[in-house]
Amino acid sequence: MTTLSQEMILSWLEDVKDPEIPVLSLVDLGVIRGIDIAGNHVSIALTPTFVGCPALDMMKDEITSNLKGHGVEDVKISVTFREPWTSDMISEKGKIALKKFGLAPPPSQGLIDDIDVLEHAICPRCNGTHTELKNTFGPTLCRSIHYCLDCREAFEQFKPI
Amino acid sequence: MSEEQAIALKELLYKIADDQLILGHRNSEWTGFGPLLEEDIAFSSMAQDKIGQSYALYQMLHHAGEQAPDTVAFMRHADQFHNCVLVELPNGEYDFSLIRHFLFDTAEALRFDMLTRSSFEPLADLAKKIKGELRYHTLHANTWIKQLGNATPESIARLQTSLNYALPYALGIFEPSPNENIIMDAGFFQGEASLQAEWQSRVISILEQTQLNLPDWKTVTPILGGRIGKHSQHLQPLLDEMSEVFKIDPTAEW
Repeated sequence: MTTLSQEMILSWLEDVKDPEIPVLSLVDLGVIRGIDIAGNHVSIALTPTFVGCPALDMMKDEITSNLKGHGVEDVKISVTFREPWTSDMISEKGKIALKKFGLAPPPSQGLIDDIDVLEHAICPRCNGTHTELKNTFGPTLCRSIHYCLDCREAFEQFKPI
Repeated sequence: MSEEQAIALKELLYKIADDQLILGHRNSEWTGFGPLLEEDIAFSSMAQDKIGQSYALYQMLHHAGEQAPDTVAFMRHADQFHNCVLVELPNGEYDFSLIRHFLFDTAEALRFDMLTRSSFEPLADLAKKIKGELRYHTLHANTWIKQLGNATPESIARLQTSLNYALPYALGIFEPSPNENIIMDAGFFQGEASLQAEWQSRVISILEQTQLNLPDWKTVTPILGGRIGKHSQHLQPLLDEMSEVFKIDPTAEW
C-alpha cells in the first residue's frame, strides 16, 4: 500500500462535512488541528467550534469511518483546546460555501469587538446591509438570527467567535 | 505542582464546573416555557453552552484523577457540590431568571477572562474558548436588562424586586475558597476578591443605563456556604431530577 501523507488525509477529509452545515467540510471549517501519521496509524487532533457542540461525537465517527474506508487501520481522535477554534479558521472556500448555502459567513475576528458588526450582518441573499439582529441565539449554537430590511427575509449568520 | 496546589486547583475547577452545570440545568428548564420563542431558544442555547463547558472542566478533572464526567455530575449528593447558591435557586418568573442570568454571567465572563491568564495551561486554553462564547451570554443579558429596565412600570418594578432578592445570593458567587491563597500564589486564578471588584463596577455600568437602583453594597449581606457544600433545599430535588435516567440505567445512551 502507498505511504500515507498529510495531504492525502486532508483530501479524504474534504468529504467529511459538518453534520449541521452539509456544504462545509471539516477541513474548511478549520476544526482539524493536527494530523500525525505513524505507518498505518493516524492520529487526528480535533477542536470543537463550541465547547458544547453536540455534533462532535458524530464528527469523530465520520472521520473514523472515512479513513477506515481508505484503508487506514487505526484512527485515534483527540479533542484539543490547545489552539481554540475561532471563526477566522474557516477557509475562504468555506466562507463562499456558507454564503451559497444561505448562511451569512462570519465577519473576521478583528472587527467583532464592535457590536455593530453583529447588528448589521450582510444578507447572504441580496447582499443588503440594512439588517437587524433578531437573536444572538439560533437553531444551533453557532448561528444567530437576523432580518434583512432590503429583501424582507429572515436569515442566519454563522456567529463570529 | 505540589500536592497542596493540586488539591486547590481541583477545588477551583469543581466550583466553576458545578456553577455551569447547575445553572445550565436551570436554563434548560425554560425549554418550551420561554415568554417568547426567541427567549426559549436563548435560554436553551445557553443551557447547552454551559453544560458543554462544565463537561470540558469535568474532563479536565478526570485527567487529574477524578471520576468520569457523568459519574461526577450524576452521582454526587448536594453537599458534595461546590456551586454558589444563586445558580440552584428555582427559575421563578422570567424577571428573576433574567436578573440571575445578568448577575451570574457578568461574573462568569470576567472570571474566564481572568482564567485566560491562568498558570495552569490547559485551563488558560479552555478559558480562551469559553470567554468568546460567554460574550454572547452577556450580550443577551445586557440587551434585555437595558430593554426591560427602561420599559414599563411593571417591568421595572419586577426587575427591581428580583434584583433586591438576588443580590445577597450574587455576592455568594465570590465566597472565598479555603485555598484562596494557594490558588493565587500558584497563579491559577487572581482570586475572588479582585473578581468581585471588577464585577461590581461592570454591574453598576450596565444598571446606570436603566431605571433600576442598586442598594448600598455595604447593606447587602452575602449568602455564603455553597462553595463548601452548604446548599439551599432546592439543590437536592434538582439533582434527583437531573440524574433520574442515569440512576435507573447507568449504561443508557440518549
